[in-house]
Amino acid sequence: MLDKVLTGSKAYWSWLTFLLVVVGIGFGCYLYQYNEGLGATGLSRDISWGLYIAQLTFLVGVAASAVMLVLPYYLHNVKEFGRITILGEFLAVSAIAMCGLFVFVDLGKLERVTNTFLYPTPGAILFWDIVVLNGYLILNAVIGFTVLSAERKWVAPPPWTKFLIYLSIPWAVSIHTVTAFLYAGMPGRHLWLTAIMAARFLSSAFAAGPALLIVLALIVRKFTKFDPGKEAIQKLAIIITYAAIINMFFLGLEFYTAYYSGIPGHQHSLDYLYFGIHGHNMLVPWMWASGIMALGAILVLLFKSNRQNEKVLGVTCVVLFLALWIDKGLGLIVGGFIPNPLHQIREYHPTAVELLITIGIWALGFLILTLLYKIAIGVKEETGGELAPH
Amino acid sequence: MGANRRDFLKIAGLGALGLGAAKTAEAGMFPYSNWPKWPWTKDPVEKSDGALKATHWAMVIDTTKRQGKDAWADAIEACNKAHNVPQVGNVKEEIKWIWAEPFKNAMTDQEYAYLPEEVEAKTFPVLCNHCENPPCVQVCPTKATFKRASDGIVLMDFHRCIGCRFCMAACPYGSRSFNWRDPRRYLDMDNINREYPTRAVGVVEKCNFCAERLAKGLKPACVEACKDGALAFGDLDDPSSDVRKLLKSKYTIRRKPSLGTGPSVYYII
Repeated sequence: MLDKVLTGSKAYWSWLTFLLVVVGIGFGCYLYQYNEGLGATGLSRDISWGLYIAQLTFLVGVAASAVMLVLPYYLHNVKEFGRITILGEFLAVSAIAMCGLFVFVDLGKLERVTNTFLYPTPGAILFWDIVVLNGYLILNAVIGFTVLSAERKWVAPPPWTKFLIYLSIPWAVSIHTVTAFLYAGMPGRHLWLTAIMAARFLSSAFAAGPALLIVLALIVRKFTKFDPGKEAIQKLAIIITYAAIINMFFLGLEFYTAYYSGIPGHQHSLDYLYFGIHGHNMLVPWMWASGIMALGAILVLLFKSNRQNEKVLGVTCVVLFLALWIDKGLGLIVGGFIPNPLHQIREYHPTAVELLITIGIWALGFLILTLLYKIAIGVKEETGGELAPH
Repeated sequence: MGANRRDFLKIAGLGALGLGAAKTAEAGMFPYSNWPKWPWTKDPVEKSDGALKATHWAMVIDTTKRQGKDAWADAIEACNKAHNVPQVGNVKEEIKWIWAEPFKNAMTDQEYAYLPEEVEAKTFPVLCNHCENPPCVQVCPTKATFKRASDGIVLMDFHRCIGCRFCMAACPYGSRSFNWRDPRRYLDMDNINREYPTRAVGVVEKCNFCAERLAKGLKPACVEACKDGALAFGDLDDPSSDVRKLLKSKYTIRRKPSLGTGPSVYYII
């Protein structure tokens, strides 16, 4: 089964080469950062987390795409998803691999990372985040490969996979909850100190993950002989629409609480992100772009005729994905640090090194995703995407 | 070790959810610092017989004794020397253990438009508050930062820190600094204080209430440097200590008291 990654078209090999080059550039930049220290990034005493940790946060959401297929298929018997649960599971695997790498490159002392296991600290949320993310990675990799290999042999998957599959559903919720708790439990960071943080994470994840999945499904259909299925894509589009609306609603709740209560601390970060404070407004255009893009995407997705036009649907999914990336992969983390605890405004300017490392990790994620999809689709092309009766 | 093991067994024995009761009302029902400790937890700094001892070290800063922007230069310089704090020279990467801020930055919740001119004009020293319930300790994934059970000082193990900077996000006072580059670049290595280590790139650092000096029977460097007694240091649990006498006779404030962290640094304004 694994041998499928070794054969492919010229386009396949060019794509892999391109990704490898980008990964190589990122790795070179990381070596520089490792030697110089995190001073090579735009991070500072006041904004001590930036792009890296924001990508971790966002990609945990992307990993959720799996549960949005698995849950309807296994719990509600939505048969359309049967053909493509593997696409969600493998997307989760590559997303979590990226999460891990983003934590690694953010550490000041990477060589000491094992200290998190040598001195396990149950009171520290990061410890639990490592546990749940690794667990989710293993669950999806095991489930994905076992089910796929059963599919290839035209047999039903072994019964124990059912147990793992059911386990993976609450587990998917846990990775968001625990990742939200990284931020939501800290006194003095008002943007993050919100009881709906985990709920916001879930809603944005259930929009962003499946949005990427639709784009991937459309790409798969265009470039391979496997068709993920029009019905599956339509069902996903409905999930995305609901999740995006709920996400917007939650954002509105944050605004209401901050501005109706009138408590300055609750407003400062939102002020900075959406209006700027004392002329510091670097992220304002980004945040408004995100809001407008997300609203626009929702408006388009609300109409069935738009959703059924797969060209429109694909573009809308890309727009929504970018909007949610800005919101979570940029604004949420950086905004939490502004103003700083002494109410000074210091802004964050990522460096080229930092950007290239970030892009390099994304490229590595897509490389992993490409290889995993190559295997999955290779099997699907053999079987015609049909599942053994079970 | 024995005492800690006893504590652990006692607390473990009490079983569920922190029956070990809250130490102070403001720290909430189940302060993190009262959670059970690992039985092998021990104090990292060896104390000599001449060590200064307390069960809760605290500082009272009499800001009425100083005027002007540079009012605390003596204390700051003494600390920087004692701990080889590098002068990085830019706001982005600076490392600060104790430094001075205007009232509105030091006391963010207590600022209003009609402050006395004298208060507006001067600066206030800020440092690690050695909180009773420190958020930085709670979030540290390796216990590289911890609250010492014997005297309440929040300490750092520079050799265990993985540089995740969670403590910097958690500290509501901005009291923690990170070594973004090799700090020795910014030190005059021929003139460092050999009694205290320099740090490596990639770890967090902060004020340690001069635990290394207390162990030798010396008061903190900043306290010693303020010859006018503007910084008082002593045991908060001892009713006859300097700090308790000051707290009894003068009205003091702490930074961001509503967060429940319980700072051990008090200010006479």
